[in-house]
Amino acid sequence: MMATKKRTVEVELSTSGIDSQGRPTRVPLVVDEQGRPVPMEPTLTLEPDMKDEHMLINIGPQHPATHGVLRLVLELDGETVVRCVPHIGYLHCGFEKIGEYRQYNQIIPWTDREDYLNSIGNNVAFALGAERLFGIEITERCKVLRVIAMELSRIISHLVWAGTTSIDIGAFTPFLWMFQERENVYNLLEGWVGARLTTTATRVGGMAADIPAGWTDGLSNFLRTFPRTLDEVDRILTRNAIWVGRTVGLGVMTAEEATNHGLSGAMIRASGVDYDVRKDFPYLDYETYDFDVPVGTAGDVYDRYLVRLEEMRQSVRILEQALARLPDGPVNIDDPRVILPPKSKAMSGIESMIHHFKLVMEGPRPPVGECYVAVESPKGEKGYYMVSDGTSKPVRWRIRPPSFVNLSAIPRMVEGHLLADVIAINASIDIVMGEIDR
Amino acid sequence: MTNFSAAPVGSRAPRDVVPASPRDVPRLGGPQNPSADALREQFGDVVPRVDVCWGETTVLIDATRVLDVVRWLHDDEGQSYDYLVDITAVEYRDMERPIEMVWHLRSLPYRRFLRLKAEMQKDQPLVVSSIWPVYKGADWLERECWDMFGIRFEGHPDLRRILMWEDYKEGFPLRKDFPLRGRFSRSEQLSQALAANPEARYSMEELSIVDAFQDLPADVRERLAGGEQPGE
Repeated sequence: MMATKKRTVEVELSTSGIDSQGRPTRVPLVVDEQGRPVPMEPTLTLEPDMKDEHMLINIGPQHPATHGVLRLVLELDGETVVRCVPHIGYLHCGFEKIGEYRQYNQIIPWTDREDYLNSIGNNVAFALGAERLFGIEITERCKVLRVIAMELSRIISHLVWAGTTSIDIGAFTPFLWMFQERENVYNLLEGWVGARLTTTATRVGGMAADIPAGWTDGLSNFLRTFPRTLDEVDRILTRNAIWVGRTVGLGVMTAEEATNHGLSGAMIRASGVDYDVRKDFPYLDYETYDFDVPVGTAGDVYDRYLVRLEEMRQSVRILEQALARLPDGPVNIDDPRVILPPKSKAMSGIESMIHHFKLVMEGPRPPVGECYVAVESPKGEKGYYMVSDGTSKPVRWRIRPPSFVNLSAIPRMVEGHLLADVIAINASIDIVMGEIDR
Repeated sequence: MTNFSAAPVGSRAPRDVVPASPRDVPRLGGPQNPSADALREQFGDVVPRVDVCWGETTVLIDATRVLDVVRWLHDDEGQSYDYLVDITAVEYRDMERPIEMVWHLRSLPYRRFLRLKAEMQKDQPLVVSSIWPVYKGADWLERECWDMFGIRFEGHPDLRRILMWEDYKEGFPLRKDFPLRGRFSRSEQLSQALAANPEARYSMEELSIVDAFQDLPADVRERLAGGEQPGE
């Protein structure tokens, strides 16, 4: 057989892969003896005969589509996944161990760094847990500010999810639109707490800072423009043939399976289980806000996309209500045993100075007890389980990471699907390795 | 503006009682989860103690009967604890206190939250039965618990380390006798890492690409051996 030089030529630009005569448009051309390009013989087998053997392939840990350092060992039969073994832990930093050696307020910076797309939401969740442990009732203004923080962070996280997932599946434009909007939210956060990604926005008993004057105007401006971007993304993706073809029917989890695997967030709601911590086990007075919980029907990647898109719209609704009801008054509680005095007082009055010294050096002490506080993070049910023995440092600080539990179902989801679909399914889980490995 | 989204919104079935955010919760006492009494009635001596702390009911159970209790909670229609939230363990700074296993369960139909605990004495082997047969979500959570605390779960299908690497020899990081910085100094850890041969730890199965060459068809093998780069 003469060695032919082959090259692939795109015959016609068509997304369907079939031209008007019903022939496939992507015909590889080969050069014949005279050097003329001719269509390749369809009988020519390019792939080596693998007999019936399965092939093992590694995705990650350094692979852009694994969203961090996830390693998936896949056993393939042809292109079909037979078995999937995930390996995690490449980012393990021992957050829980470190937390046992830190005062409660000192743990809050660590919560930024687990699910770093939702850092301000983690701050709020941790503060809620610590306040339960301390038996603190926070002020009304603080509650509304925290609702604003949590919903903004949900929007950020879903924006990053939609952007990166669309890149994984092959759409670049939504990524740019989403990151433009994300930039707007980060500018708002920067104006509020001074930091963009690692916010450390809360303290036990309050917030690090009240919102500055005029900040609400920036937020309402964002709330006015943001739904337009959502509609544009909706128009470009929801009825897009490629998007639909690459997401529908993939990684299906039934309602029973999703519940039994402990999935949460958009993962369980796409499967038709209307479990939302904000509705079922409310916190921060979420029961007084008027919002809907989108629920899917099929439990596939496409439904997860629809659910997350709708959740962003609902977040906008919640933010509008929160802005309308934002009360005046103090943000922090008035308890010198827990909250640092203002700097001016600490430098001028002996009593405040003593409080300041004690709080910084020894830290606030909760009574003996334990609590589990869960919030609806963008990834799912994020919980903090804290055990106190009466000292200023927790005996145990346990993070219930939603993406960890969601990811544990990936072998079940990818089995029987094609290798290319593993990327889409993995993207639909919305994992953050910082949170999974902790 | 057309809204294409097809996700049904607000398809939550209306329920009688709207749950409310907890307020003014006492540290100890308060309303108890009704499942605690049901467990006592069903299992008797297996439940030695029930606590309510910050409004959350903790049921202490006998460590040897965990699977029975969990299975009953999951299957009984009056309980329906269909959702496993978390599995973890607690070791106290007081070294005399036993290690506690903690299971957090939710009943989505009844909107209940229950914490199960089992005590394990440190001088006994740390073994407890896996609840993986009831909740598939327990797989990784139990593996993490084994990884961090060294608690063995009987009946778990694949109990390996998950966050630490397979041949991690320093022990169990979240145990209180484990120093914060690990058992070896930074320089020792570095020299160990440099001396390690990471490829030796992979199973040959995972490295089978090395042998795959031999399995290729003869003509492909010939071509590749002749210097042709694959993928050109």
